[in-house]
This record gives sequence, structure tokens and C-alpha cells, in this order.
Amino acid sequence: MIPEIGHFALLLCLPIAIFLASIPLLGAILGRPLWMRLGPLLALGQWLFLLLAFICLTHSFLTDDFTVKLVAMHSNSALPWYFKLSAVWGNHEGSLLLWVFILASWTLAVAYASQSLPLDMRARVLAVLGMISIGFLLFIIFTSNPFERLLLNPVADGNDLNPLLQDFGLIIHPPMLYIGYVGFSVAFAFAIAALMTGNLDAAWARWSRPWTNIAWAFLTIGIALGSWWAYYELGWGGWWFWDPVENASFMPWLAGTALIHSLAATEKRGVFRSWTVLLAILAFSLSLLGTFLVRSGILVSVHAFASDPTRGLFILAFLVLVIGGSLLLYAVKAPAIRSNAKFGLLSRENFLLVNNILLAIALSVVLLGTLFPLASSALNLGSYSVGPPYFNAMFVPLSLPMIVLMGIAPYISWKRSNKISAAIPKWLIAAFVALLLAGLATLSLSNQYQQDFNWLAFITLVVSLWLITSTALHMLSKAKHQQGLLTGFKRLSVSYWAMVIAHTGIAVAAIGIGLTSVYEQQKDVRMLLGDDISVSGYRYQLTAINTFEGPNFSGTRGDITVFDGDTVITVLQPEKRFYYAARNVMTEAAIDPGLTRDLYVALGEELEEGAWAVRVHVKPFVRCIWLGALMMAFGGFLAVTDKRYRSKRMLNA
Amino acid sequence: MMLRAFLVTAIFLLSLSGFTSAADSSGLANQDSANELKVFSDPDMRQRYYGLIAELRCPKCQNQNLADSDAPIATDLRNELYLLINDNYSDADILEFMASRYGEFVLYSPPVNSVTAVLWIIPAGLGLLGFAIVAFILWRNQEDDEASNV
Amino acid sequence: MLSSSRIKLFIPLVVFALLALVFLQLEKRMISGDYDPSMLPSALIGKPLPEFNLATLDNPNTVITSINLNNKAALLNVWATWCVSCRVEHAYLNTLAEKGITIFGLNYKDDQQKANQWLTRLGNPYQLNLFDVNGKLGLNMGVYGAPETYVLDANGIVRYRHVGVVDENVWQSKILPLGLNW
Repeated sequence: MIPEIGHFALLLCLPIAIFLASIPLLGAILGRPLWMRLGPLLALGQWLFLLLAFICLTHSFLTDDFTVKLVAMHSNSALPWYFKLSAVWGNHEGSLLLWVFILASWTLAVAYASQSLPLDMRARVLAVLGMISIGFLLFIIFTSNPFERLLLNPVADGNDLNPLLQDFGLIIHPPMLYIGYVGFSVAFAFAIAALMTGNLDAAWARWSRPWTNIAWAFLTIGIALGSWWAYYELGWGGWWFWDPVENASFMPWLAGTALIHSLAATEKRGVFRSWTVLLAILAFSLSLLGTFLVRSGILVSVHAFASDPTRGLFILAFLVLVIGGSLLLYAVKAPAIRSNAKFGLLSRENFLLVNNILLAIALSVVLLGTLFPLASSALNLGSYSVGPPYFNAMFVPLSLPMIVLMGIAPYISWKRSNKISAAIPKWLIAAFVALLLAGLATLSLSNQYQQDFNWLAFITLVVSLWLITSTALHMLSKAKHQQGLLTGFKRLSVSYWAMVIAHTGIAVAAIGIGLTSVYEQQKDVRMLLGDDISVSGYRYQLTAINTFEGPNFSGTRGDITVFDGDTVITVLQPEKRFYYAARNVMTEAAIDPGLTRDLYVALGEELEEGAWAVRVHVKPFVRCIWLGALMMAFGGFLAVTDKRYRSKRMLNA
Repeated sequence: MMLRAFLVTAIFLLSLSGFTSAADSSGLANQDSANELKVFSDPDMRQRYYGLIAELRCPKCQNQNLADSDAPIATDLRNELYLLINDNYSDADILEFMASRYGEFVLYSPPVNSVTAVLWIIPAGLGLLGFAIVAFILWRNQEDDEASNV
Repeated sequence: MLSSSRIKLFIPLVVFALLALVFLQLEKRMISGDYDPSMLPSALIGKPLPEFNLATLDNPNTVITSINLNNKAALLNVWATWCVSCRVEHAYLNTLAEKGITIFGLNYKDDQQKANQWLTRLGNPYQLNLFDVNGKLGLNMGVYGAPETYVLDANGIVRYRHVGVVDENVWQSKILPLGLNW
């Protein structure tokens, strides 16, 4: 009964979405305020029914209703309840329901948090969001119904959730990621609405900024969570593989980063109007492209959903309509006349332009590398793989200059920098400090990890420390106040703090990425009870091997005691698990986390004579990567709390 | 004065880097009772091994390199790689060995040929284009400035 | 009519259209069974089999270094008793052998006794079975799992490699169209 209620609720959303896509829009075109005011109500209706559908599906999972096909395929009675909950979105159909629910949530948020938006603008924005909703609802209802029943061939128990997904990461990573992805639809809707009216002045940019910042922040968290999850769950210590599915999330992020900066320029100075609109369309288009790539079956990836080509065609059709339609609208209605604002070489506009171009090139590289193997196969030009060696080689020369420029940027004013001479001594100090600290750090790391002086590590450190120091010096000089530094700091705007924190986050992440790539150490060894091995100055000893029973698996757990000299640092307990229902063997790595290093151990296979293959890693500074990402996200959230977004006086451009 | 401090630090660091070398860790290693599964006579070979297994794709798996895959074919290929390195095959030879058996598909670092050239030409082209755009916009802004100042 | 700056605005649309065409092509080929992203094309197509030096499955003392094709095309089937799909495929291979198709076997990383028992029980469609116990020949051929079937023409050149079970459908749609002399 409950699944049918859920299904019915889902079906009801479709007419609501159709009304949402049409009535407010017609109201805006024909000038009927009543029709326009219906928008928020329709958004609320859509949201409530989707919430109901979602609750019904969750109920089916939690109550082990194996007559629902999805539950039978992805759950099991022995599965712990919190994984049953996350199993709701640990599959294609359920995750799409989550997608459209999150879309409805963003739509609702825009409907009720935009009191200061002109009525017709809000109506158009909601209508565009409604159109996107229609597409997804049609897709779900006709090809990916989560409520499909197995009444003719009931099963006694389910296939269980893929053991790799039976983890805390599944509970939070997809929702965070989707909130981010889907959130770019708001900026998209604003851009389309602005193109429709032909009114591309600074207002649409100002309205879009807080929504875009929040979406971007969530996407940053989502990607960081994915990286962290892969690191500890997949068992081999990797945190980014440039896998097509990972790239599918990274591309919207790159576009989103360019977008939040470009919006600032368009809002403040009215420049890059066309480009910013294009970026808004691009960011969401890349989200949709990601959805297509991951579910169409044309990609091979451990992250991809098992899906089929007919669904792929449907999504492709949807893509053509939405992306093709919006790009056509852009081509026809974007301003071909440039703004009158001029700017010089040392202007914030120019720096933002260069930043956007570098991000665009980075985005193109990722897109190219991801799509090239597909295109080459499609055109029968050969079967190739493009992996980490290519992407890393391209990314390093792109990102290092960007970080350097980020250190200069805060000192640069709009239009023309007149006070550059005052900045130069600060830059020199920052460079000096960076070189010194980086040099000392690299020497110390070389010594600790027994490697030659590494230039890549050194350069990464120089560049990152330069960014941190330069930004700090700027903040110090800006906070100078007659009544002391503390007062000065308090008077700095929230959005300035947000910038400082986010940019510092990039530096921290870069340090993590650079140092862990250069200095990580691993050994694959054969261990009997009592054996030990040294890696990077730590001694790992196998002190016990025990078998145990889990809720839906049987496992072997090793105790690996880690020594620094004679002191015991920790006992790591990696496991090897055999999941009954899925008949799958899984490895659970054990990690001793730390800011300056992670100690990472995983069990390989059992060898002869009771020995085990053990993989031992030391990963220096890997946590900085996710710490940096969290800082970036925090900066993104912080920026929207700035006073100007809380003022009600946002009516006029 | 600042410039001098700069130069001194730079020279100091550069000279230090020349003197740093890998610390001798053989003392520690002798105490280990566990053996590495794959033993190399030479740390360079070991490094090359780990580099290569990260760079080669498992022919069968869902986009994994040889290092991270548990598939039987990956294990076989790792073993083969170990033998090849010990037989003094160069990195290029080994990649050629793998590609001639499993196709260029197994090379995560794509080979450079007329088809794959686009992977480098397009980014380079975009870089030049980006540079040209910035230069053009700045030039145009200057021209307008001069024109309006006349 | 259309200024140059207006035309530039159409570039993103054009790029997207090209991409969409590529995707469409891929999807169509996937639906028709022509494209499977997880299937690797063989690096041996157009080349002869690599050199080998193996015993046969039934007689560990004989050493074979080449296969005699008698100017006819042949199949080289990679199989093993641990491979579940090979069992499924076996009946069809028997049918093909009865029709006079030459089939050679490559017993891949298997137990000799088990393999021979298997053949006794399920029928032996193979003219000859190479015993590749450590998978060396398989590795040189680019085998990455069982079952795989290599189609050789009368001159011993590999013309096609099929990954997975060979059944009537595969025979009709993939192997016969090669137009070889069976």
C-alpha cells in the first residue's frame, strides 16, 4: 500500500510541475500578478508530494518490503537500519528521486526566500526550475520507477546493498553532492530568466550570488567527502583518480568557481555580462552532463550506476532540450554589445578575467580528457585511456600560476590600481617568507621521509605559503585601525573574511596534495604473527589475527601495533570481510589520522602458512586536502551571511 | 637590502638542496622481520615498479590501475612486470610490452599519435586563445581610453 | 544581419551539438550491441598468434610450438574448469565441432586432471588443447579472462576476438560475416 501511495504522490508531482513551469511564466509574460503569485504555492505542493514519495520509499526499505523491486535488489533483512536508510539513494532509481526532491527543495527555497525579488523575475525563475523538474519527473516515472513491485516473483530476502556502499560515506556524500549539483540550477534559472527578459544588468548577478555560493559550498563538501570516502573505503589509499565519474563532479565545481567570481565582476562593474550568463548555463549543464555520463552506461567506472542505454537515450534527449535550448537562447538573446566599463592590466576585472580563463582551460582539460576515450571509440579511432598521468601533468602548470595570482589579487582594485607601490614591499616579504619556510620544510621532509630534495614539493610549498602570507599581510594592513588591530579585524566585512578563509583553504589543500603525492610511502609485505616492517620511521608489527561475526558478514581482523621507536602510537585494526548475501569480499582499511601524516594499513589476501599480505602506507599531510576543502566551503557559506544579503532593500538594480 | 636578503636566502637554499641526499636507511631495514612481497635489488627498480603499476590500467576492471586491483589478471600482470623490471627492461619497453598485448587502452598516459594529439593541441590552443583574449581586451580598453581622451 | 560578435555566441551551442552527436552515436551502438565500454579490442587483430611452447592437455609429454590449420579458418577458445560461463558455452562449441568447424582450445590456468575429466564428461569439441598452466601464452595474447574466443583465418592471422560466451547469435552476427573459409 505504502509504495503505491509513494508512486501516486510521484505521479501527482508531474501535473504540479507542469503548472509550475507554465502558469507563473504566462503570468510574467501577460502581466497577471495572481498567476505569478501561484508560483510559491505550486513549489510547495511539488515539494510536499515529493517528500511523501521519499518517505514512502524509505519506509519500504526500513520495513524490508521485498515486494518492492528496489528493496529486493539493494537491501537485506540483516542490513543495519542506517544502511537501509542510505540504501534508498544507493541505487539509480532512488538517487534520482533524491535528485528531484532536492531540486524541489531548492525551488521551494527560492520561492520563499526571495521576497525582495521583483514578482515577474521570481515567477520566471520558478518556471524554469519547474521545467527542469518536469524532465526529471518524466524520466523517473517512465524509465526509473523506484516503486516498481515484484509481486509475481516475490523473493524471501534481498540481494543486500553493495558492501562497498555499506558505509557512513554513503549516508552523507550523495546528499551533499546533489545539493551542490542541483543548486546550480538556481543560478541557471536566474540566467535563463534574465535572458528571457533581455534584462542582463547587474541585478540578476546580485540575486544569483548567494544561491550560487551556497550550492558551490555544498558541492565542495560533496566532492571532499567523496575523496575522503574513497580514501578510507576502497582500501588502497588513493583519494582522487580522475575517474570519469569523479571528473563529472569536478567540472561543475570548476565552472561554479569561475561563476562565483564572474558574478562578482558583473555585479560590481557590469562587465563580462555575456560570459557570466554562459557560465551559469555551463555550470548546471555540466551537472546534467554528469548525470548523463554516470547513468547512461557509456562509461566504465567503479562509481557508475548500472544502467542501460535506453535510459541513456532519454537523458540525452533531456540534455539536448535543456542544454541545447538554453545555449540557443543564449546565442540569440545574450548581449552582443559589450559594456562600457573599461579596465586596465592591474585591475580586479582583469585578474578575474584571467582567473576565469585559467579555470575555463582547466575545465576544458578535464572535459577533453574525460570525453576523448568515448569520442575515439565512437568514431572508431581506437581505444584509449586517459588517466592520472595526463590530468596531473596538465593540472599542475595550470593551478600553480593561479595560486600565485590569487596572492596578488586582493591588493588589486577595480578599474585601475593606483596604490600598487604600497603593495610591492608586502609581496616581497611574502615571497621571502614563503621561500624560506618552504625551503626549510622541504629539507626537513626530505630528511624525515628519506628522499632527495624534491623540487615539486618545494615549488608547491612556496606557492601555497606565498598565498597564505600575502593574504594575511593584506588582511593585517586592511585591519589597521586607530583603536587597535582587534577593532580593525571586527570591522572587516564578512565577505572579506570569507574570501580570506576560502583562498587560504586552497593553499592548505594544495599543500596537502603536493606533499602527499611526493612523500607518500607504501610497502606490500608478507606478515606472520609477530613480524614487523618499518615505513618512514614508523614500525608496524602484526600482533594478532582474529575472526569475528558482523551483522551481515564474517570477518578477519588483524591487530597491527605501530611503534615510534619504543613507544606504541596506536593499534590499527584492518579487516577482511566476507558479505553473505552479496558473496563479496571487502577490505576495510585501518587509519591513524593526523594533520601531518596518516598511518594507513590494509589486509591483502591470506597467504600460505597463515601469513597475510599487508599493505602499509604513510601518507604525509593528506588530511590537509580535506581540511582545505572544508575551509573553502566554510568561506562559501560565510559569504552569504554578509549584511547586504540580509537587507530587504534589494528591489532595484 | 631586502633584495640582498632575498638573494642570500635563495643561494643558501639552492646550495643546501645540492647537498641533501637520501638518508641511509639500511640500518633500519635490516631489523624488519617481514619481507616485501616483491623484493627488488635496487631502490630505483622498486620505485619504477610502483610507478608503472600505477600508470598501467587493469584490462578487465572498472577503471582501476594494476596497483589497486585484486583481479587475477592484475595480479598476473604485476608479477610479469616484476620479472620484466628484473630482466632490465626499460620503462618504455615495458609499456610497449603491455600495449602490444592488451592494446593502448592499458596506458593511462596516452601515447602521442595523430589521434591523441588533440589532447595536447586543444589545451595549448586554448591557452593561446586565452592570452589573446586578455591582450585584445586590454588593448581595446586602452584604445577606447585614448580615443575618449582626445 | 548577423554581426561577428553574435556569431561567436553560437559557438557553445555548436560545440554541444557535436558532443551530443558523439553521445548519440555511442548510445546507438551500445543498443545494437556493437559497443561495450568494458570490452577491449584485441591488440592481436591482423597479427598471427605469438610464439609458444606448450604441452597438450591430454599428453603432458608432447610439446607443441605451432597449430596446423590445413588452410581452413579456426577458432581458438580460451577456457577453464573454474570458469562458469565456459560450461554454458561448451554445448554450443560441441555443436560447431559437429558441423565441421575447427576448434582449438587453450586451457588457461587450470588443473590438468580436472580439465581432462571435464572434457570426458561434457564432450570434446577441440582438435587440440594447449595446456597453458601459468597463463603465459594467454598473457602474450592479451587474454584477460575466460571464456574468450579468437577467430583465426586460413593463414593463422587473428581476425576477431570475442570476450564472453560464443553462442548462435555471436556466430551469426560476429563471426560468419567475416567471410572466412571454414
